[in-house]
Amino acid sequence: MPVLDGNVLGGLLHEVFGTEMTTAVGTCASCGSSREVAEFVVYLGGPGVVARCRDCTALLMVITKRRTMNCVDLTGLSALS
Amino acid sequence: MAGTALRRRLTWQVGTVGKVITETATAKTIELDVPDWAGHRAGQHLDVRLTAEDGYSAERSYSIASAPGEPVAITVQRLEDGEVSPYLTDELRPGDELELRGPVGGYFVWDGEPEPMLLLAGGSGVVPLRSMLRHRSQTRSATPARLLYSAKSLPDVIYRAELDGYGDAGAEVSYTLTKRQPPGWTGHVGRVDQALLDQLAWPAERRPIAFVCGPTSFVEAVAQGLVMLGYPPSRVKTERFGGK
Repeated sequence: MPVLDGNVLGGLLHEVFGTEMTTAVGTCASCGSSREVAEFVVYLGGPGVVARCRDCTALLMVITKRRTMNCVDLTGLSALS
Repeated sequence: MAGTALRRRLTWQVGTVGKVITETATAKTIELDVPDWAGHRAGQHLDVRLTAEDGYSAERSYSIASAPGEPVAITVQRLEDGEVSPYLTDELRPGDELELRGPVGGYFVWDGEPEPMLLLAGGSGVVPLRSMLRHRSQTRSATPARLLYSAKSLPDVIYRAELDGYGDAGAEVSYTLTKRQPPGWTGHVGRVDQALLDQLAWPAERRPIAFVCGPTSFVEAVAQGLVMLGYPPSRVKTERFGGK
């Protein structure tokens, strides 16, 4: 499965949040590292989009599409700003 | 411009294919007429969505190849086992419509900052870097720029004539050929390694900014090498497009 980085989520996240999000800083709830969303490790091949922490590989974001609705799970992030 | 782009809701829209330019045996540049285009920054990308008759759809991100202010263009490298790229390179004709969303991204962008820029391309990773060099040239920017482009062979180099021309505008462009070199080749040979980075990278004291785009393995090796040369990780902007 190709491993990409958070840059690739720009369009989807813009759709979800209504603003440019790849330069937002996310803090990993597992290891506490803070990085720009563009630096997350992203997997697009599953039945949804998965973003993991570049430092500890913990799950940060899962976004799945149900009909026209995006289901967004951000529980792996302790902060996103 | 960034401010208005931020507040604007990003939605899928339809672009019309204009000119299609053959760049190499496997890469084409596709110019797009997008009526409601917000204008892009150098290094941004757009998403393309193809939808089959049965409703199955596939999305891919492509870097924007044209400079800010120019009509939107993407350069697509045909992937043998690709789901989207063979359609774009082989089937798409001028006048066809294409669903797209963009411009996207604020991380891997260059807005004309004066610090020296170091551009490192692996294969078709050169596309967003070409947008930056075009922008630099068109705005007559005095920002020192170096491009090191790693390609399998000379015929695989995208935009070669244009890139060579940037030497006149003070940008230093060099190639390293990893698989085949033409007879008499005096350029670099092999993958980008630490010795080559030592030789070509701006000294860290000059506060350079590096943009590295290519396959994952290329990006990881180059980014680590630059950090070893004293580049702060925050000054090494990376864009991976998967692959080996």
